[in-house]
Amino acid sequence: MKYLGCIAGVFAASVAAAETPELVVYTYDSFVSDWGPGPAVEKAFEAECGCDLKFVGAGDGASLLARVKLEGARTEADIVLGLDTNLTAAAAATELFAPHGVSAEYNLPIAWEDANFVPFDWGYFAFVHKDGVDAPTNFKALGESELKIVIQDPRSSTPGLGLLMWVKVAYSDEAPAIWESLSDNIVTVTKGWSEAYGLFLEGEADMALSYTTSPAYHLIAEEDAGFAAAAFEEGHYMQIEVAGKLASSDQQDLADQFLAFMVGEGFQTIIPTTNWMYPAVTPAGGLHKGFETLVTPSKPLVVPAADAPAIRDEALAEWLTALSK
Amino acid sequence: MKASFDVDPAARIAVIGPSGAGKSTLLMALSGFLQPAAGRLEWDGFEITKQAPSARPFSVLFQDNNLFPHMSVAQNVGLGLRPSLRLSSGETNQVSEALVSVGLGDMGARKPAELSGGQQSRVALARVLVQRKPMILLDEPFAALGPALKADMLDLVAELCAQTGAGMMMVSHDPSDAKRICETAILVAEGRAHAPVVTDELLQNPPEVLRAYLGT
Amino acid sequence: MAYRAQQINPWFGVGAAALVAALILGTLGVVAFHAPNAARLGPSDWVAVRFTVSQALLSALLSVVFAIPVARALSRRRFKGRGTLITLLGAPFLLPVIVAVMGLLAVFGRSGWVSHGLEFLGLPPVPIYGFHGVVIAHVFFNLPLATRIILQGWSGIPAERFRLAAQLGFSARDVMRHMEWPMLKRAAPGAFAIIFAICLSSFAVALTLGGGPRATTVELAIYQAFRFDFDLGKAALLAAIQLVLAGSAAMLALWVSQGQGGFGKGLDRELERWNEGSRGMDFIAIAAAVLFLLVPMFAVGSRGLTALPSLPSVVWLSAWSSIQVALLSAGLAFFLSLSIALAVTRFAWIESVGLLAIAASPLVIGTGLFIVIFPVASPQNWAFVVTACVNAMMALPFSLRVLIPAVQDVCDDYGRLALSLGVSRWGMLRLVILPRIRAPLGFAIGLAAALSMGDLGVVALFAGTGEATLPLQIYRLMGAYRMDAAAGAALLLAMLSFGVFWICDTWGRRGA
Repeated sequence: MKYLGCIAGVFAASVAAAETPELVVYTYDSFVSDWGPGPAVEKAFEAECGCDLKFVGAGDGASLLARVKLEGARTEADIVLGLDTNLTAAAAATELFAPHGVSAEYNLPIAWEDANFVPFDWGYFAFVHKDGVDAPTNFKALGESELKIVIQDPRSSTPGLGLLMWVKVAYSDEAPAIWESLSDNIVTVTKGWSEAYGLFLEGEADMALSYTTSPAYHLIAEEDAGFAAAAFEEGHYMQIEVAGKLASSDQQDLADQFLAFMVGEGFQTIIPTTNWMYPAVTPAGGLHKGFETLVTPSKPLVVPAADAPAIRDEALAEWLTALSK
Repeated sequence: MKASFDVDPAARIAVIGPSGAGKSTLLMALSGFLQPAAGRLEWDGFEITKQAPSARPFSVLFQDNNLFPHMSVAQNVGLGLRPSLRLSSGETNQVSEALVSVGLGDMGARKPAELSGGQQSRVALARVLVQRKPMILLDEPFAALGPALKADMLDLVAELCAQTGAGMMMVSHDPSDAKRICETAILVAEGRAHAPVVTDELLQNPPEVLRAYLGT
Repeated sequence: MAYRAQQINPWFGVGAAALVAALILGTLGVVAFHAPNAARLGPSDWVAVRFTVSQALLSALLSVVFAIPVARALSRRRFKGRGTLITLLGAPFLLPVIVAVMGLLAVFGRSGWVSHGLEFLGLPPVPIYGFHGVVIAHVFFNLPLATRIILQGWSGIPAERFRLAAQLGFSARDVMRHMEWPMLKRAAPGAFAIIFAICLSSFAVALTLGGGPRATTVELAIYQAFRFDFDLGKAALLAAIQLVLAGSAAMLALWVSQGQGGFGKGLDRELERWNEGSRGMDFIAIAAAVLFLLVPMFAVGSRGLTALPSLPSVVWLSAWSSIQVALLSAGLAFFLSLSIALAVTRFAWIESVGLLAIAASPLVIGTGLFIVIFPVASPQNWAFVVTACVNAMMALPFSLRVLIPAVQDVCDDYGRLALSLGVSRWGMLRLVILPRIRAPLGFAIGLAAALSMGDLGVVALFAGTGEATLPLQIYRLMGAYRMDAAAGAALLLAMLSFGVFWICDTWGRRGA
């Protein structure tokens, strides 16, 4: 009888679950963490949708795409949140994503026209240092300086890939020479952002590749004004994080509702002090004062999503060659 | 355990007594594997209490584990001459002669595992022979052998002693072993090793403790 | 041999080995099969292979060479706290990579204690990053393992042999030549092969300390193929190369250590040892090992201690999840390693399955399992089970190394007796084998539990909505800039890993 009871129980539970619609959002792991935007976003959206919002964390941005590719059209996911402009072309090529109908007053340095993906936050890559470091103002000066930096591997990390693109966009054919001049500044190359930033905080390097918004964390959360991002004259490469709806989703309306919610007030106010990025749409109340102290790059750099894969491959080959010497 | 006695270095002495009385302990103290809590050991007027086992004037045959299983018979014997096994040709001859004198002339290349129990004891004896120590200590090395074989081995030990002029001290729980080759005997009982007496007298007029053990 | 055959049912073990082989080779096959087109390796992949092999060779060699004096000193010195010290020295091996690397850097890094000391003397800091940094870290991780294996070899020489050696006047050199060297010839190649295989699949260490793309390992190339190029075929091919390399190392080690005679058995009475050797040298060897292995651990401890009391409650929840995974993994390790070790008495080749496990790429196993599980169930529901399974498997090579000789000894020593008494198969296992192998069994289970506690590898792809394991939570804390809390959580993780190992190991040794 025990067995019978169990089966009946499971059955009852699944029936009960089916009554509230469930929206499954695949995202990167730090989004769902207790310190990320996930918990607050879930609460805010569930308050207005009458549904169950379920975040599934899967590694980082690139792992996220790999997972969707592995699962294909049978995926449970309705939304994928956390790809960036370096990945959108590859993501669109899978033909798994459906066009969205969202429009908003984006606070982005560039015009946004993408049929499949909606931006939710953005930031500039930058080298972050502590006070007292004589920060260089461009890559050439950095290469000539004695400063020690720690960066991420572009093959395993999103910021690492961002730096690769940054140097390539800023210097194009000169990029290999820049990398060669940087090679004696690079203490080491880590697997991901966490390791690099950890090494930097432990004093293993003078600067770490991160975001211009990183000092905001130290200022707002730790009340430590001792961090700054080095402003580079050649401009800063941007990361725009986006979400897209899957064509295979059985919750198309709910997914559309989520994407619209995502660029609205409820979602965007959460982003700055949990994801430590700029919101894609500036909330009515503006940003926390701490964000006003951040450097604002003179020139935003970004590669059109369609060109990203080709540039990425060329830049990676150059990077490998230059740093293997 | 207490012990206080002198022995003739050329004598053949049995150590007998009830099981667990400390016969092996006595031998281990002599050979240097146990430090006496108090007192001293002397050999020929020199104190040897603190000497390393190998520096003492004894060669020892243990109850078991007398041979290295991964070495050949000849190597096991050779260790008695030079632990480094870098033997001169003269020393190699000595090893062969020793093997011949224990009746294993053609077994030099074998491993101990390929030999019978009696043959293994002979290898150990051959090594004692080349060690040329003034006295041989035996801790029931032949206990696992059959009566006839054991008698053979005891005779061989006695013969080797006679040949080399060495004395010997042998732990045994079998009075007939003692009778066979040892003219004197030490009784170990009730925490005490008594001074050596003539074996036959000890066995014919055993004190109370020994009587219970012998079952007479 | 015949009596063994009747007393042990080898088919559980064969089944377990087949399961492990299926997990390793099957997942690889699945990944390769899933790839749309055939894979080709470029020149940079071969550079990665070369780097991987050379750092693994050197790391394994140095680990074994340094382990010899340490194991020797530990085997011949008796001092208070010796047992505790031996257990403690094993700690780096149980530490999660990220924790240990941070500890190493606190000591040897650019702003570490050693560099500060050198600065004080007017000297430049030690350069830890680069090829040698990778090797130092690998020696740090694996010296404890090598020491443990070789120490076991030393204790395998019966005490009676040392007594005989003392009687025959062996010098330290003679002891080395006749007793220790033959033992080392049997024990060292096995240690070398295991460490070589571990270092082959190293990823985070090589990446963090390697200093740049020169330090690209095969595992990183797999990572690149998977997530940068989404080239599953190439990922599978690289994983296969990694397995072949580890497999060859295993064969070579087996071949070298074969035909070395054993030492026979003593009764292992409690005997003092008389070949004192050099007290000074032994002291230096032990002190050097303690400094090298325990100071970074101390750094981890002191760094995390302040954050420990104020850890967010979710970290404690993750700790509970990790403990559950570790216990499940320990249980699986018990069945897998015991059944395989029993089967080895019949089919010796089964042991080689174990070695494959460490060289297997977690990413490929994870992906392969994902592909298999996805059509039938939701992978995130299986995350913990899969992690526990894979970790139990990863601990196999180590547990088999200690269990197989123990099982064989028991069968050799008591097999006939048990048979003559008419003890059944089950009775033989329950009454004779299990009690006699309790010590290595405790070690094996503890190892599986500890490794599982600190593992991040496979679960990353599967992780879903549910509770994160502790290592994942550490990454989340770091990802949210909370480095201090991460250090506290890392200390907690280190304590849990070590604690669970200590409990199992102590349980085993108490009965022995």
